[in-house]
Amino acid sequence: MSKRFTSLALTAHPPAATRRGRGRSRRVLAPFTAVSVLVAGAALAGCGQQRDADTYTVMNSSTDESYHRWDAEAMARCGKELGVTIEQQSVPAAQVMTKALRMASSKSLPDIVQFDASEMPTFADAGGLVDLRTLGLSTDDIPDGIVDFGSYKGTYYGAARSVNTLALFYNKDVLDKAGVRVPTTWAELRETAKKLTRGKQYGLALSAGGAEDGVFQFTPFMWSNGGDETDLDGPKVVEALDYWKGLLKDGSLSKSTVNWTQADVNDQFMAGNAAMMVNGPWQVETLNGDKSLHWGIAPIPVPRTGEDSVGPLGGAVLTVPNTGDEAREKTAGKIVACLASEKEQLTYALNSWMVPANAKAAAVWREKVPELDSLADQVAVARSRTAKLGAGWSSVSLALQSAFQSALTGQSSETALKRAQQRATSGN
Amino acid sequence: MTTPTSTVSAQAPSTTSLAAAPDPGRIARRRRLAQWGFVAPAVVFMLLFFGYPLVRNVVMSFQDYTPKTFFTGEAPFNGADNWSHVFQDALFGKALWHTLVFTAGSLLGQFCIGLALAVFFSRRFPLNGVLRSLILLPWLVPMVVSGIVWRRILDQDTGVLNSFLDTLGIGGHTPWLTSPEMALLSVVLVNIWIGIPFNMVILYGGLQEIPKELHEAAALDGASAWRTFRSVTLPMLKPVVTVVLVLGFMSTVKILDLILALTDGGPADATQTLGTLTYQNSFVQLDFGAGAVVGNVLILISAVFAVFYLRANRTEGK
Repeated sequence: MSKRFTSLALTAHPPAATRRGRGRSRRVLAPFTAVSVLVAGAALAGCGQQRDADTYTVMNSSTDESYHRWDAEAMARCGKELGVTIEQQSVPAAQVMTKALRMASSKSLPDIVQFDASEMPTFADAGGLVDLRTLGLSTDDIPDGIVDFGSYKGTYYGAARSVNTLALFYNKDVLDKAGVRVPTTWAELRETAKKLTRGKQYGLALSAGGAEDGVFQFTPFMWSNGGDETDLDGPKVVEALDYWKGLLKDGSLSKSTVNWTQADVNDQFMAGNAAMMVNGPWQVETLNGDKSLHWGIAPIPVPRTGEDSVGPLGGAVLTVPNTGDEAREKTAGKIVACLASEKEQLTYALNSWMVPANAKAAAVWREKVPELDSLADQVAVARSRTAKLGAGWSSVSLALQSAFQSALTGQSSETALKRAQQRATSGN
Repeated sequence: MTTPTSTVSAQAPSTTSLAAAPDPGRIARRRRLAQWGFVAPAVVFMLLFFGYPLVRNVVMSFQDYTPKTFFTGEAPFNGADNWSHVFQDALFGKALWHTLVFTAGSLLGQFCIGLALAVFFSRRFPLNGVLRSLILLPWLVPMVVSGIVWRRILDQDTGVLNSFLDTLGIGGHTPWLTSPEMALLSVVLVNIWIGIPFNMVILYGGLQEIPKELHEAAALDGASAWRTFRSVTLPMLKPVVTVVLVLGFMSTVKILDLILALTDGGPADATQTLGTLTYQNSFVQLDFGAGAVVGNVLILISAVFAVFYLRANRTEGK
């Protein structure tokens, strides 16, 4: 259509408009050129980010207001001590890894990255991290388990400020009223949970959601029973999963368990829909928000009396990415040392209700927060998820999620775990 | 509209030829340059933001692309390893099936309800405008917010829906999101709720375009309401229907956010779709090659339907 009009115009119009016409085509082209230059300029500017000599950046996942503030305060103190400015860049926890990888490829990595400890091996394996010992960090007062927690293949890449693990939280009022004691073994837990289930209230709440949350919660049952992540279809793991199935069959667990995150579990507990729950100390801040709720905390029950309750070690570690700028890396190492110092650890741990990684700080913490004493004991024997599998953990974790969800929704534990083991070994 | 603009811009060559010595080659060149000038921004944009990622994604699916690649820049080609790896994974077949069921179910529900509402609202009655704008709400709410709210509504024990059903005495304990058999259906239902406004708005617009005379003529001929709808409304609406369905298809087949918020692909992988599988491969397992394979399959499926869309549009243009 428009083409026909154009040719009409070509033949029909008088010569008067020469200048105007020529000027127009130039006027049309000029903005195009300008736009192209702008686009190219913007693209280039994005690549060549300038670093300020005295400004250091820490990327973490402290997107919660309180965590962000605690970190900002700690960074201000350390910055003052070291004579530098420390900037905090917080991104959602699930994006830390992918963002850091993108930054690595554009050579714009921050000076310090705080990874979840289960993700650190992946970044270390890619050659992205600097050995903290070469930057002068000491591991003297840190328990071996927590050094391992921040290490990959024997090299210490990540300094933990605090660590956490899972525990059994219970509603004191409900337990007192029913006249039951806090369970310590699997049999007791099953019986108590059954007793406490009445009306809208379930005996126990835990997360068996289809993400890392659920796997995190399954590990204390798997490990305390002697099961292992390298042998998912082993009888001990099957037994642990059967135990979960039993709780569900008794009606002590809600069927929604498979759809709950750990935050959902906490909501259920606080709403009075569960008498006990499996959760971590990061919920304490929220739990304390409800003054009418009287809760207690105990180690997660073990299969048989006298056995150790082996929980998963959780938490984040501060790492120094490999940027190739040795001088900056050295200073970054000093910043990590300061943020993870005994004093800062204690401040952070008291704020966040987590257990300090440093043994001396942990001892002080125990005195200051006696109600969480049992948590400190649990942390001492807790296990790191990636200690055995390193970067291979994510495949096993995905396979395991699928397995316990299948088992809790009808399949036999054995079949589900057998398939999980196959999936984990084939890497699918 | 096009007439005046093309006239003005076209004056240049013709007048030049008369004023200066005629040089047909130069005129043609300049004209072509101006034409390219108009096309260039679109071409540059397409190449930069569609062409490059697309090619990159295809190439990536043949590479061993791991976290190491981000440091070394090296991603060795590994032939069809990623492809065979993904196709052998039992989860892929499941995800493909779920995607098809999800897409077909969603489109069917959205379209039928959307059309019914569009027909309903094309009558005149009090509060028509207010109600019609209220129905748009699901469209305005961000997908993740809808997902989280629905997750609460559909909770088996404490959800509003089950409490409501319980008071009616029917199915008060329906495991909406917690049973592998029900979860996919529930996700489809939520997506239908989300998609109704889009379908209704476009179809409503289409209905307004149909000349009133046609309906009057049909009425004069003694056609029943149903007959009028089938023989007048639907055929006249056909071009709009194609657009709605194809656009709906393309936004539904790649679903990710809603499912992540509702079920995270669970329980027991019952709601894994190609979208969630790509996400899981690329951003949880960091196996970018495998993620790219699933992504490519999605692109391929969308491309097939894009062709249908273009063809439908072309026949309509004639």
